Amino acid sequence: MTPEGAQDPLDDGLSAARLFLLAPRLFRGMVLRGASPAREALVTALGEHIALRRLPGHVDDERLLGGIDLAASLSAGKPVHQTGLIEEAAGGALIAGMAERMDSGVAGRLAQALDEGGTALVLLDDAADPDEAPPVSLSERLAFACDLSASRRWQGVEIAPAAGRLADVAPLETQAMQALAATAAMLGVDSLRALIFAGEAARGLAALAGRAAATEADLAGAVRLVLAPRATRLPPQDSEEPAPEEQPPPPPDGERDNRDDTEQQQPEPDLSEILVEAAKAAIPAGLLESLAQGKAPRRSSSSGTGQKRKAATRGKPLGARPGMPRGGAKLALIDSLRAAVPWQAVRRRELGQAQAADAPIIMRKEDLRIRRFEERAARVTIFAVDASGSAAAARLAEAKGAVELMLGQAYITRSEVALVAFRGSQAELLLPPTRSLTRARRSLAELPGGGGTPLAMGLNAAREVAEAVIARGRSAALVILTDGRANIAADGAPGRPQAKLDAEAAAKAIYARGIDALVVDISARPGPEGAELARALGGRFLALPRADARLLQQAINAAQPMQAA
Amino acid sequence: MARFPFSAIVGQDEMKLALLIAAVDPSIGGVMVFGDRGTGKSTAARALASLLPPIMAADGCPYGASKEDQARYPGVCGSGKMVKRAVPFVDMPLGATEDRVIGSLDLERALRSGEKAFEPGLLAKAHRGFLYIDEINLLEDHLVDLLLDVAASGENVVEREGLSVRHPAKFVLIGSGNPEEGELRPQLLDRFGLSVEVRSPKDIEVRIAIMRLVAENERDPESFAARWAGEDEATLKRVAKGKARLAKLEAGEDVLRDAAELCLAVGADGLRGELTLMRAARALAALDGAKKVTRKHLIAIAPLALRHRLRRDVLDETGSTVRITRAIAELFG
Repeated sequence: MTPEGAQDPLDDGLSAARLFLLAPRLFRGMVLRGASPAREALVTALGEHIALRRLPGHVDDERLLGGIDLAASLSAGKPVHQTGLIEEAAGGALIAGMAERMDSGVAGRLAQALDEGGTALVLLDDAADPDEAPPVSLSERLAFACDLSASRRWQGVEIAPAAGRLADVAPLETQAMQALAATAAMLGVDSLRALIFAGEAARGLAALAGRAAATEADLAGAVRLVLAPRATRLPPQDSEEPAPEEQPPPPPDGERDNRDDTEQQQPEPDLSEILVEAAKAAIPAGLLESLAQGKAPRRSSSSGTGQKRKAATRGKPLGARPGMPRGGAKLALIDSLRAAVPWQAVRRRELGQAQAADAPIIMRKEDLRIRRFEERAARVTIFAVDASGSAAAARLAEAKGAVELMLGQAYITRSEVALVAFRGSQAELLLPPTRSLTRARRSLAELPGGGGTPLAMGLNAAREVAEAVIARGRSAALVILTDGRANIAADGAPGRPQAKLDAEAAAKAIYARGIDALVVDISARPGPEGAELARALGGRFLALPRADARLLQQAINAAQPMQAA
Repeated sequence: MARFPFSAIVGQDEMKLALLIAAVDPSIGGVMVFGDRGTGKSTAARALASLLPPIMAADGCPYGASKEDQARYPGVCGSGKMVKRAVPFVDMPLGATEDRVIGSLDLERALRSGEKAFEPGLLAKAHRGFLYIDEINLLEDHLVDLLLDVAASGENVVEREGLSVRHPAKFVLIGSGNPEEGELRPQLLDRFGLSVEVRSPKDIEVRIAIMRLVAENERDPESFAARWAGEDEATLKRVAKGKARLAKLEAGEDVLRDAAELCLAVGADGLRGELTLMRAARALAALDGAKKVTRKHLIAIAPLALRHRLRRDVLDETGSTVRITRAIAELFG
């Protein structure tokens, strides 16, 4: 048993922090998830050992990379250089709060700085929404990730000094490397970076304890700290294990000493089995649930093409052009100054020294530049597909085809596509808004079908997706593929009358939000229900018996012309 | 930080081959690398640059101009003495602004002397070398357009901020990205000469070998580099010889016919596919030290040169590589 009894998530955080301090350039940094007092305490403790430099989310290129300090240059009358944050943080670490909101441009710069070994990085991930995460380009490059949201500790957090040095620890034995590689494979961790980090972390743990070589416990620790947080699937259950011993994967707070456990079960357990056990115990709770349900772990959308535009609700900046800042046009200050600067010497001569002396810069009307934006017609088409009953298979296949066709032309229309399927007693977001055909194919590879028709649930789920899309400054349109014959109510209970009422209420909620909707009935004999649904939605109705994917896509395009930017 | 030696990169043969071919014949038009994170894409691209033979460039010239550049752009490249310098490798970050890429008004000179001078950007830096963009699929479209345009013309023309500048910018564009996070427009994809798909090695032994090499490099980069220096040197010689041989190699009528037939069979639209296929086969032959370009070279390089040019039928999920190998088997047996 471990000396403290039940382990706190902060223990892992502290181990990771000690390893990071042991070799900041090697491990590059850590992601600390969950705004908790424990995290603050850990960051404070880190700050006592390494210089931490705060990186605000709105940092611009000039501050990040350095360059000419325009304001200082103007007042001094000569160029004044400023160093960038990355340079200033050299030898220490940058620390970024709300890392899940980080701009992909900033992330790109930081990723490069990490690759060059200039700085280390601590990301504070405050994501509440499972769809949010720090940019993958960064979290992938940092060795450790700890979730401290459940930690109960905040006092007396200190980072103990290392007993030895990393350089004094022997290279890993082949057997140890094999075990790590096998564990990574079982957890679905493909990245070689992760594997390399794990190997070095095992040696690092040995160094912390002053050992000359990594032991089994060090390997298990490295798996906990590096591989488990990156798991994309649950390790396969060992079928040879005796049945009574088989337990559901333990919750992360019910921490056990894995080595003792496995040793009791089997006299000579395989090293990789021990490591897999260690990983299982350390896979974060939320991840475990979603993995068990066969879903992919949360992924950063802030590095995805779509969400990149969430801050740029006014469209892509196109640079500046000459003009007066009026009629809603914004002054582009830097560009205006840039335009004025070359003429200063001439203008000063023209005006005469006396007049010009007190003006640091002489601006004229023709120097003024205004910002231009390109408004994007970023439109997300959300398919809500009725996957119930016997027609499900055909309907789903055609919907899938239509989604793929729409994505095939998404380059031109700048549109994205999402898909919600509803059947039985649930509605599921099978494909979050995406422009990627590859991703769509994978998500839609196997669409389940059959069961009742929870129309209200499907509509509600589709509306939620639409609302999220709208909140990000894009427009949403619904395409609902159903015959409209609801028979499952919003609470999942069967019964036509209630189901119909609930569906109507859900449709009205969509209408109230002003979301465009199109109802398509592709059943062989369309009934009146589909048209009724369309009326409640304030949308259009199309009856397309025997429609195939291409026809469907054409109909959708005709019904909602997608304006190209 | 010392770069990882090119020869020490385990696996990723297709990517390494594509990079070497682009080094032998930069006119092939860039390499697009598709693949997951952490598969060593950046490592390979960076390693290649440090492996290439140094070039002779005008001293103090921001464009690293060659003798020919000095003749073609007399006002721009100056007449400085020629000195040895490493092949430039520019790592372009995702957030780069247009200003930084194409260059902009030199604020420093403007402030100091009121002079309207051009401050060269990343394109100038990359001249005669490599421009590497990770996650190119996430780059703003207008920047990608611009890059491909300059890469194709070999010249950066700046007409903005009252500047009117023309400078040489010949570089090999290397883009990488994960298609799951967003795709490149097909018309942009077509502009890349070669495309490769990189997967994380699944074989445990290979993964262990990589772990071991990286750990060794981490412990003692100098002796690690020294250990691989011999092999890197050999590769360098191969590239240099290939470059020299390239001018003498000509693809015969039979190879040209094969290329045309293959492009027709797989449905690769446009002349660009044929041209690239032919050039790439020639570069491969040069790299191999072959006396002439043969069908063997063509077949070996076809997937790299064509797989991103196939007409896409979104409902057909057959991979492009499969379609090409199938067509090769049908045509050439």
